[in-house]
Amino acid sequence: MMDFLKRFSRNKGALLGALILIVVVLLAVFAPLIYPDSPWKMVQRPFLTPFSTDGFPLGTDTLGRDVAAGLVHGARVSLIVGLVSTLVALLIGVPLGALAGFYGGLVDDGAMRFTEFFQTIPNFALAIVLVAILEPTLPTITLAIAIVSWPPVARLVRAEVLSLRNREFVDAARLAGLSNMRILFGHILPNAMSPIIVMASLMVATAILLESSLSFLGLGDPNIMSWGYMIGAARTVIRNAWWLSFIPGVAILLTVLALNLIGEGLNDALNPRLARKGR
Amino acid sequence: MGIAWAILSRLAKAAITLLLIVILNFFLIHAAPGDPAAVMAGEAGAADEKFIAQLRAQFGLDQPLYVQFWTYVSGVVQLDLGYSYRQQMPVLDLILDRLPATLLLTLTAFFMSLLLGIVFGLAAAARQGRWGDSAITSVALLFYATPLFWVALMAVVLFSVKLGWFPAFGYGSVGAGYTGFELLIDRLRHLFLPALTLGLFFMAVYLRMTRSSVLEVSQMDFVKTARAKGLNERVIRRRHILRNALLPVVTLAGLQAGQLVGGAVLTETVFAWPGIGRLMFESLTARDYNTLLGVFLVSAAMVIAFNIITDLVYRLIDPRI
Repeated sequence: MMDFLKRFSRNKGALLGALILIVVVLLAVFAPLIYPDSPWKMVQRPFLTPFSTDGFPLGTDTLGRDVAAGLVHGARVSLIVGLVSTLVALLIGVPLGALAGFYGGLVDDGAMRFTEFFQTIPNFALAIVLVAILEPTLPTITLAIAIVSWPPVARLVRAEVLSLRNREFVDAARLAGLSNMRILFGHILPNAMSPIIVMASLMVATAILLESSLSFLGLGDPNIMSWGYMIGAARTVIRNAWWLSFIPGVAILLTVLALNLIGEGLNDALNPRLARKGR
Repeated sequence: MGIAWAILSRLAKAAITLLLIVILNFFLIHAAPGDPAAVMAGEAGAADEKFIAQLRAQFGLDQPLYVQFWTYVSGVVQLDLGYSYRQQMPVLDLILDRLPATLLLTLTAFFMSLLLGIVFGLAAAARQGRWGDSAITSVALLFYATPLFWVALMAVVLFSVKLGWFPAFGYGSVGAGYTGFELLIDRLRHLFLPALTLGLFFMAVYLRMTRSSVLEVSQMDFVKTARAKGLNERVIRRRHILRNALLPVVTLAGLQAGQLVGGAVLTETVFAWPGIGRLMFESLTARDYNTLLGVFLVSAAMVIAFNIITDLVYRLIDPRI
């Protein structure tokens, strides 16, 4: 563990990413304390520019809502959707890939055809169709993002299991009389964890981008303030008040960048041999 | 295995995939909350009970599900994608009308991002570990994390509103009456910002792939052998490393290109580019589900066609297959 932390912190980008992410997480967690009022509430006259009025550091939007409050509350949606949809994607992709790699043959063929099918469909278009038809709510958005993001997980896990299933420790477990399920989920999968963790951290980043794109198109949960919605709502006034679109975009950019940096740091720390090859 | 056989098997696979998407579409219509007839008519537009009853009879929605299923699937197979009550036009005509604009945008963005990605990826790999390498990879990382729609909006602010270099939206200057060369220049000026912003993210992807692929190939044994034979370093780079490193990049790029069609929804919406992505956005806000699902099917077909073409190009370039 110490070794891991040491290797992770040697990567300056990863440290920067971790720092940004901690700030975003703190803002999201303490949003109800920092801005107890609803971010939808009109609090001042519209179009206050940033840094011009005390108490409204980032100004107000087209309807006089506090931009800073929206930003802080929006962090919650981004993080929750990013995390939960990644977890759901892992719950679909890991077992599917593991079973395909472990059993091979017909199971493998079937599972991989299924995965290939989902990989062929343009994933943003599928997410749009799913959310539009099932009505945009937090659960449907999360589910739609999970549905379009699991295929790479299944492929990765399958490849890892394939490379591990004939190793000696698996033979040993089999000789010890363990069941197939115990061997697969108790012995093989734990050894495939590092690449899965790296992929998961990058998936959270992609999920946040997907969520913001959906809510930008008006497919966000209508009751929840999100960064994508803020940009979409400010789009019509982009000529006069470009900063209303600019500020939430920077928030998305920083959060996604932080997660990507952390992903690279994890990759270096967990797969030290690969890292030295210079990627 | 001949090339004809390869094409045939790919086409058969494509047909099966498209059929599965049609089936998925059917179930999505029925999964939508509310009456499928109301859904098809577009909820906001047709509250009229009589109209919905007429629709129900017309689409056989009073029939058992398997009959409806057969009617729907056989309709789509005969290229009947339904009728858009919003636009008062068959969905297929709507899509065919918009398809050229999307093809122009996505293909331009694809080749632009592939070219820039490879050039900068090679530049980064040649400076591995030095200042130039970290500058290029950092910028790529930044593009990789930037929301597509946001970068499009910011490009409008900077290049159209502030600097006035490029038009902010549209497919061409309305009513300018350009012909010939002028028309081409006008179209290119309108195309530039949408293609650039759509391509930025993919440029970052291709750049990273090129860089890592070049670095990987440079360490392979045949490169060491070539060096040991005393070959000129430039010859090694061009004939040995470049050729072998770029093949996987081009293939992966072709497979990734499908995502361009999804990204086009965002770019076309921001730039009011009259393609099928914009059509998807319009049908979304109008709750015109027939059109929405039609665009979805066609965009999947575009991705499949793109993958098949990539596959064929790969077969032509790589002598081992």
